[in-house]
Amino acid sequence: MITLVVNGKSQRVDVAPDIPLLWVIREDLRLTGTKYGCGMALCGACTVHLDGTPIRSCVTPVSAAAGRKVTTIEGLSPQGTHPVQRAWMELDVPQCGFCQSGQIMSAAALLAQKASPTDADIDSAMAGNICRCGTYQRIRAAIHRAVALGKGGAR
Amino acid sequence: MKAATLSRRALLKGSLAVGAGLTVGFHLLPRGAGAARAQTAGVFAPNQWLSIDRDGLVTITNSVPEMGQGSMTTTTIIIADELDADWKKIRVNQAPADPKRYANPITGSQSYGGSRGVRDHMEMWRKAAAAAREMLKQAAADEWGVPVDSVDTEPGVVVHRPTGRRLPYGRLVDRAQALPVPQNPTLKTPDKFRYIGKNLHRLDAPEKVTGRGIYGMDVQVPGMLVASIERPPVVSGGKVQSFDATATKAIPGVKHVVQVTSGIAVVADRFPTAVAGRRALKVTWDLGPMAQVTSAQISSEYAALSKQPGQVARKDGDAEKALAAGGRTLEAAYEVPFLEHACMEPMNATAQITPGGCVVWAPTQNPGGTQATAARIVGVPPEKVTVNTTLLGGGFGRRGEVDFIVDAVETAKAVGAPVKVMWTREDDIRHGFYRPATYNVFRAALDGGGMPIAWSHRIVGPGILAQKRRLPANTPVDPAAVAGARDLPYDIPNLQVEWLNKDFGVPVGFWRSVGSSQNAFITESFIDELAHLAGKDPFEYRRALLGKSPRHKAVLELAAARAGWGSPLPAGRARGIAVAFSYGSYAAHVIEASVAPDGAVRVHRVVCAIDCGIAVNPDQVKAQMEGGAVYALTAALYGRITVDKGGVQQSNFDNYPMMRINEMPVVETHILDSGAPPGGLGEPGVPPVAPALCNAIFALTGKRVRTLPVRTEELRKA
Repeated sequence: MITLVVNGKSQRVDVAPDIPLLWVIREDLRLTGTKYGCGMALCGACTVHLDGTPIRSCVTPVSAAAGRKVTTIEGLSPQGTHPVQRAWMELDVPQCGFCQSGQIMSAAALLAQKASPTDADIDSAMAGNICRCGTYQRIRAAIHRAVALGKGGAR
Repeated sequence: MKAATLSRRALLKGSLAVGAGLTVGFHLLPRGAGAARAQTAGVFAPNQWLSIDRDGLVTITNSVPEMGQGSMTTTTIIIADELDADWKKIRVNQAPADPKRYANPITGSQSYGGSRGVRDHMEMWRKAAAAAREMLKQAAADEWGVPVDSVDTEPGVVVHRPTGRRLPYGRLVDRAQALPVPQNPTLKTPDKFRYIGKNLHRLDAPEKVTGRGIYGMDVQVPGMLVASIERPPVVSGGKVQSFDATATKAIPGVKHVVQVTSGIAVVADRFPTAVAGRRALKVTWDLGPMAQVTSAQISSEYAALSKQPGQVARKDGDAEKALAAGGRTLEAAYEVPFLEHACMEPMNATAQITPGGCVVWAPTQNPGGTQATAARIVGVPPEKVTVNTTLLGGGFGRRGEVDFIVDAVETAKAVGAPVKVMWTREDDIRHGFYRPATYNVFRAALDGGGMPIAWSHRIVGPGILAQKRRLPANTPVDPAAVAGARDLPYDIPNLQVEWLNKDFGVPVGFWRSVGSSQNAFITESFIDELAHLAGKDPFEYRRALLGKSPRHKAVLELAAARAGWGSPLPAGRARGIAVAFSYGSYAAHVIEASVAPDGAVRVHRVVCAIDCGIAVNPDQVKAQMEGGAVYALTAALYGRITVDKGGVQQSNFDNYPMMRINEMPVVETHILDSGAPPGGLGEPGVPPVAPALCNAIFALTGKRVRTLPVRTEELRKA
C-alpha cells in the first residue's frame, strides 16, 4: 500500500512501487485528465505537480510520490477558474486539447514560481510540452494574459 | 483577439452520452418529405440535426468528429445562426455512426477528411435549420392568428413586428411539431448572420482546460480490460509464425494472450502490465518480403525509375518540343521522405461485444468505417454496431484508418470482455500510414523574357488510393499523388505532369494536406528557382504568371503586402514566398528566417493570407493557420521516417522530433474575404509553408533545399 495526497485528498493504492505515477492517477484514481503521450518524458502530456513542482508522471515511479502532494489538472482549481485556465479559454488556446492538461500544469507551475515571466522564461519552462496542433503562439499569449488575470483578482 | 461577448454557458454533453439522449429525427434533406415524424412528446425535432424542447433548449447534433479543428463549435454556429437560436441555450451531441442519417452529403460516407466539415455540410445544415425556423414562425403566426410574413425571429424567440408580441421557441414546440417540414426553406442573406463571421469561443474549451474531456484513451467501461499488442518489426506484411506466452502469462494481472491480425494482444488489468507482458513474449515472425526494404534502396530505385516516362496527369502544349528548342533550361531533382502523423493521442479504441452486436468507443475520423469494420468482424449488420465517437487527440488523416478499430474489436471478441486496446508511442510511429516518400524530376525552359515556356514534372512514388485499391477503374493517375502538381496555377504554355507508381509496401495514408503537402513544396521551390534563373523577383514572377488564377494572385498579393515584401530586414534575415490551392481554399505564405553559423534554421515570422470563402469563425480560421504552420515547419525542419530491414527506424519524440514553443515564430493570418463558397481550413494552411521557408533559406544562403527535411549541415558556414 502506498499513500498519496492527490488533489488534497489522501489516497491509498495497492500497486507495485515501480508503476509510473501516471498510470496510478489514470487507472487507479480514474483521473483521466492527465495524458499518456510518449512514456519517456519527451512530450509533457503527463505533467502533474509533485509538492508544487512540475514532473513527468510517466517516468516517475509511484513510490517517489509516497506521502507527497500530487496535483493533477482536476485539482488545479475547484471550478476550472485558475487564471491559467481562464486565460486559456479567453484566448481559445486548445485545439484537439490532448496536450493541454500538461501545458496548463507546466504554465501554472511557472507562474507559481515567477509572477511575470518573460518570453524566454516561458520558452524554457514550456519547451518540454509538445503540442501537435501548434497552439504555441496562443499558449505564450495566454500565459501573459494569466499574469494579468492573476493580478486582477481571485480565482 | 476580439471575441464576441456571448456566453459559453452552452451545455455540452460528453460524447459518451450519445445514444442515450439522442433525438429522433428523420431525413429532411435531401430526400425527406413533409410526412409525419416519429416524435418524442414535447420535443420539436424536424430533422436529425436539431431539436428543441419545451424549455427552449436547442440540441444540435454534430456529425463531424472534433479533432481540434473546432467542428463542435463551427457546426453549432452554422445551425444556430440559421435557426436564430439563443447561443446560451444550446447543447451539442456528437452524432452516432448512422450513415443513412449523418453521411457527408457530398461523399456519401460518414468519414471525415479533406477539410470537408464546413464546405460539404454548410448548405445542408443551413436548410435544416431554416426549415425549423420557418416552422416556428408558422407556429407563432397560427397562435397569434396573424400572417406569417408579419413575424420574424430573434435569438430563441418569434416576434410579431406590428405588435411587439414575443413567443419563445420552447412555447412553440407542440404547435411546430404538428406542421409539415418545408423542403425548400429560404436561407438568410449574409447580412442577417448573427454568429457566422463573428469570433465565437470554442464550446469544447472548458472541458479541455479542466481535464474533463473524454478522449478515446480515457474511456472506462465496467469490466473493461486493457490490451497492448506486440506487432511485427516490419512495417507491413509481417505475420506471427509462432509464439510462447508462458512468461507473459506468469505476470500477475495478465489475463489473456491472444493472436489478432496485427500481432499478439496481451490483455491485462492495466496498461503497464500489458506492456510488461509484451516484453516477456517470445514471438517468431514471418517478416515477409518487406524485410528486404531499406530507405536507401527506395531512393535509388526512385531515381533510376525517374528516367522512364510515367502516366500523364496533365499535358498542355508540347513540353518536350519546347525543351528541345533550347534557350535557358533548368533541371532539378527533389525528394521528400515518408512522414508519420504523430497525433498527440496514440491510437486506441475500446470495444464490447454485446448480444447480437457490438459497441465501439473510438477517437475516429471515420465513424462509418468503424461501424462497418466492427460489423464485419463480429458478423452482424452495421446497424447492430453502436459507435461512440470520443474527442480525438489529433487526427491529421491518421484516424480515418480503421486498423486500431480492428485491434479492439478482434481482441474484445477473442477474450469475451470489453477491451481497450492502447498503442504505445513506439507502436504509433512504427506502424503508421505514412505520407508517401517521392522523388521528382523537373525540367523547364525559359523564353527570351525569362518566363517559363516549358515545365515538365515527373513524380515517382506510391499512390495512396492506388495502394488502398480505391482508384476507380480506368484511372491511371492517383489524384492524391499529383494534387498540387497537376493543378499548377501558373500560365505556362507547354506543361506536362507525369506520375510513376512505385510502391515498396510501406503503408501510405492521408497526411494533413496529402499530395499538396509535398507537391506544393516541390513546385513552389522550383518556380522560385526559375525566378532566380531569370533574375526576377520571386513574388513578381509568380504574380505575372497568375493571370488566369485570380484567387491565387489575390492571396499572394495580400501576403506580400502584409509581410512588407521587398522592405529591408534586419541583417541575416531573408524572406521566402509561396502560394497554393488545396481543399477548396487558397493560401499564401511569406516566411522570414535566419540561419545560424552552425546551420540551424530559425523561423521568425510567418505571414499567411487565406481565402477560404466565407469564414465561419474567423478566430478559428487563424487557429488553423497557426497550427498548419507548426505542422508544416515541423515536417520541413525535422520530419523523416526511414525504413531499414522493412522496419521504421524512428520510435518516439527523441528520434522523430517535433517543433516546440522555443522555436515558435510569430504567425500572422490575414483572411481575404472573397465572398466565395466555403473552402477547407484544416489542410490549406500547410502546403505553402515548407517552400516559403526553403525559398527564404535560398535567398539568405544561395543554397537550394531540394530534399526534406532541411539538412542543417549543408547550410553550415564553411
